Amino acid sequence: MQSAYISLGDLKANRNALAEPVASESAGGCSSSGGAGKSSCGSSGGPDDMPSEIWDKVKNHPCYSEEAHHHFARMHVAVAPACNIQCNYCNRKYDCSNESRPGVVSQKLTPDQAVKKVLAVASEIPQMTVLGIAGPGDALANPKKTFDTMRQLTEKAPDIKLCLSTNGLALPEMVDEICKHNIDHVTITINMVDPEIGAKIYPWIFWNHQRVTGVEAARILHEQQMKGLEMLTARGVLTKINSVLIPGINDEHLIEVNREVKKRGAFLHNIMPLISEAEHGTHFGLTGQRGPSAQELKAVQDACMGGANLMRHCRQCRADAVGLLGEDRSEEFTLDKIEEMDIVYDIDKRRAYQEKVEAERQAQHQAKVDALADALDASLIAGQEDLKVLVAVATEGQGRVNQHFGHATEFQIFEVSRKEALFVGHRRVDLYCQGGYGEDEQLPSIVNAINDCHAVLVSKIGACPRDELKAAGIEPVEEYAHEFIEKAALTWFADYCTRVASGAIAHQERGDARIRQGAVMAA
Amino acid sequence: MALKIIGSTCSGCSACDPECPNDAIREKSGVFIIDPAKCTECEGHYDTPQCVAVCPVDGCIVKA
Repeated sequence: MQSAYISLGDLKANRNALAEPVASESAGGCSSSGGAGKSSCGSSGGPDDMPSEIWDKVKNHPCYSEEAHHHFARMHVAVAPACNIQCNYCNRKYDCSNESRPGVVSQKLTPDQAVKKVLAVASEIPQMTVLGIAGPGDALANPKKTFDTMRQLTEKAPDIKLCLSTNGLALPEMVDEICKHNIDHVTITINMVDPEIGAKIYPWIFWNHQRVTGVEAARILHEQQMKGLEMLTARGVLTKINSVLIPGINDEHLIEVNREVKKRGAFLHNIMPLISEAEHGTHFGLTGQRGPSAQELKAVQDACMGGANLMRHCRQCRADAVGLLGEDRSEEFTLDKIEEMDIVYDIDKRRAYQEKVEAERQAQHQAKVDALADALDASLIAGQEDLKVLVAVATEGQGRVNQHFGHATEFQIFEVSRKEALFVGHRRVDLYCQGGYGEDEQLPSIVNAINDCHAVLVSKIGACPRDELKAAGIEPVEEYAHEFIEKAALTWFADYCTRVASGAIAHQERGDARIRQGAVMAA
Repeated sequence: MALKIIGSTCSGCSACDPECPNDAIREKSGVFIIDPAKCTECEGHYDTPQCVAVCPVDGCIVKA
């Protein structure tokens, strides 16, 4: 069985890798083919069937656990504006297009302001369990600001997990400091393991008081990245590797990147599409380098399935995002607003909320197990054992089909077969419903974004978009409103197979879909 | 001899500030400025001016 997320057998293998400083090919990292046929931790594992120290690290982390991302929120604080390298997909004059929405200048924060903001958000949003420093520059190119923020938070909000993201150039010299601050998740952006390819992505790095360019710059960056990753693995820090998929430059090469980072103990690999709108002013944007289509992205992700675990729920959120992945409540927490807030950090209230979420997750898991049995039966009866289709889901969180079609700013995409409902990504769309009325000109772009899907599961949909979707060959489905997503998707699939078998409908392949450029829209 | 930062193109990223061996750079209204009295263009410290080498905006730091 293949799973996009980490399997339990792999977690155990990974624990072995963590125990041994030098990860070997056999024990190192994490593969995504399920060890011993067990299910994935992101979607169905529990505290009983994985090493407790790893479960504790990932269970409430929306970026590390696909399942947790339905329930828990993260926030980024923009205390690290400086960077030590230049990337062709990034325009430093505005924002980092990798980690934040380009074109919108973040409100830079001092460490003291950042800490105040985190405490304000945490007391308002109990599901906020993770604080990351992700730029807008490089967290480790601003070590004083980054670690000062982390130090204060360890004191004042000890239940919040700390993480940071980096390009890796300064990583080896910072590993001791990272461990000192209880930072147990680090994201490294690695786009290549071949300096010749790197030279097409990185025009220069700032290294030993000099600007170094070309293949030499990429070689130094590559060596620092690999060294840093190995050091973190040896210390038991969980690592996520971010890679930007740049068609024609590193698309096939990312399979090798996946292999190399797995070998060095990476916990997760997140392959993201290049964002390259010309108006963002990046080198790639200005030279017409295009981003990948939905199926191009999925093809590379699928090709990496035997390697390091893939993360597919990344939203490429901005460096000051607040909330569940896919939402951004940063507007509610600007500096002026925080000043007026009465901040009470109630750790018990937070814990009570998180326990409630835990119970909900268990129920979701059981619903999925039950639905899987039904889907298996139906596909066998229909003679469709190998059938795999994509469905789009409108959700507001809690792992349920609970959003009106017209209110969706993104759809989650699940690949459904008789074996599983596998989360494979998300697609951003423009709101169909604005001010209570449907915007018909938005429909074609929504259809384009989910054109590779056979159905769209929603809590409700108006008559007009329903007919349009049907005409485009996408089945609008309201029957599973407020059900758990996996159960809804598998039950719909069982029904689909039954209809194909009875001759009521004919199964047809779908086309490709377009990835909408730009990161999460402010709500 | 000294360098200056063209304020209209400065992104305010602060990368230059800690690299200056003369402590000549400071923030003012969201962008950075160089104190010409302190700036030596890094002569005696480094081969190239550090702020120019680390600045992400081409042409943002020029001779005063």
